[in-house]
Amino acid sequence: MDSNLLVQYGPALLRGFGVTILCWAAGCAIGMALGFVIMLLRQIEVKPLRWLLRAYIEVIRGTPFLIQLFLLYSGGPAIGLRLEATTAGILGLGIYGSAYFAEIFRAGFQAVPKGQVEAAHSLGMPYGGILRRVILPAMLVSTVPALVNMMAILTKETVVLSIITVPELMYEMQTMAAETFASFETILGMALFYWLLVEAVSRLGRRMEARVTRFLSHPSNARA
Amino acid sequence: MAITESPAAATATQRSAPAAEPTPMVTIRGVSKAYGPNVVLRDIDLTVNKSEVVCLIGPSGSGKSTLLRCINFLEVYDRGEIRIEGQLVGYSDTTPRRRLSNAQLRGLRRNVGMVFQQFNLWPHMTALENVAEALVQVRGMDKGAAADRARQMLARVGLADKADSYPSRLSGGQQQRVAIARVIAMEPHLMLFDEPTSALDPELVGEVLQVMRDLAADGMTMVVVTHEMGFAANVADRVAFLDRGRIAAFGPPREVFHESPDPRLTQFLQTYHERNSF
Ligand SMILES: Nc1ncnc2c1ncn2[C@@H]1O[C@H](COP(=O)(O)OP(=O)(O)OP(=O)(O)O)[C@@H](O)[C@H]1O
Ligand SMILES: [Mg+2]
Repeated sequence: MDSNLLVQYGPALLRGFGVTILCWAAGCAIGMALGFVIMLLRQIEVKPLRWLLRAYIEVIRGTPFLIQLFLLYSGGPAIGLRLEATTAGILGLGIYGSAYFAEIFRAGFQAVPKGQVEAAHSLGMPYGGILRRVILPAMLVSTVPALVNMMAILTKETVVLSIITVPELMYEMQTMAAETFASFETILGMALFYWLLVEAVSRLGRRMEARVTRFLSHPSNARA
Repeated sequence: MAITESPAAATATQRSAPAAEPTPMVTIRGVSKAYGPNVVLRDIDLTVNKSEVVCLIGPSGSGKSTLLRCINFLEVYDRGEIRIEGQLVGYSDTTPRRRLSNAQLRGLRRNVGMVFQQFNLWPHMTALENVAEALVQVRGMDKGAAADRARQMLARVGLADKADSYPSRLSGGQQQRVAIARVIAMEPHLMLFDEPTSALDPELVGEVLQVMRDLAADGMTMVVVTHEMGFAANVADRVAFLDRGRIAAFGPPREVFHESPDPRLTQFLQTYHERNSF
């Protein structure tokens, strides 16, 4: 990319980068919150509810994100849901992620050692407290790798938001490419950039994992 | 490991005359339980008086854990009744009986402590935090007071210096003692032990049994599922031998161990002697 282009499009690309990060972070937050609630609801033994949640997860995981996003953004107004592009993008990303996060949380929930929960019950602890102080921390340990992996996948999915004109990085880049007949190198540069982003998220995730599993280290394998 | 002053010490003197107690700590009457077609408990009757130590022994699968877990309703019993200090466990005292709400169950469980074979400490909390947690959540103590009390309890089981260690840094025996501290911090009226030393290396069994002996000497009411026949013989006031879901022998340890005519019990004890006699 020559320096003229950079001066001309730099600010737009930077803004685009900001929007990408915003959509990604907000989408992850919504996806995890929603996924966690879905996981909790799935513990309730009511047939229609279980069936509904199961269908939700199957449909979300079984259809392309692009189509879901289209439905939400273009089909939304038909049911009175008129969303601004960025809002729709964030919400879409959150919904898409929620199905995967729900499954990750479910596996984590099932992996919580039963005895740890029984011990809490036998001490008379209330369920909310057990969930917060015993189950959640145990889940965190077993789910962090999968959560980070899903978050890294979602960084890549943000490019899809450009289809519904969310002014994120990919969108700005396409604009630039269209206006300047940008070279193959530019596109390659963008690919490299997303790769770096995913790498950064993964690295952060590994740090997080080391942090939440700190207490598990046995003296024999502890770092000096 | 000396256990110092204890509020329960005064009741220890009553041990010589448990029959005089008006309300027994635990009364089990006609309790049965089945998992599908598999009948695990058959018409169990058992009374545990205050400050008494009752050991449950018996072969694997005879229903010892199930019976113990029914006492604090970690396991639901189908028929019969279990009472703790007169209060019906798990059900309303009406006919027909209804299952208690979770809040009511919690009220009952705060007076009953349980120690598990696998310790079941919370690995993301230090020893101190493990002991303090329920004090905050169940007893409503503030963090500082709970930590102080947790420290005292750890000292009582000889682990004052391990307060800030995570369970993964403790030996099995130390972990089990933290688990006991976690329970006694709640000042339970009754303690249930499910094979508390079975997961321990042999050289660590003694330290846990010593803590339990001290508790018994302080007048704690205890129901102990164990394979430690020495402990049962020396510490228990009475021993119950479970066999295929039935109490096949019950009485003072000397009677059960030496005078019972039950052939299954003789056989059970025989395998023990053989295993421990080389
Ligand atoms: N959750 C369960 N579902 C079905 N069957 C069970 C369950 N828990 C226990 N059982 C069965 O109940 C019977 C009694 O089990 P229990 O664990 O009470 O025996 P135990 O005397 O404690 O044996 P051990 O010495 O091996 O611990 C066994 O036949 C066991 O298979
Ligand atoms: Mg058992």
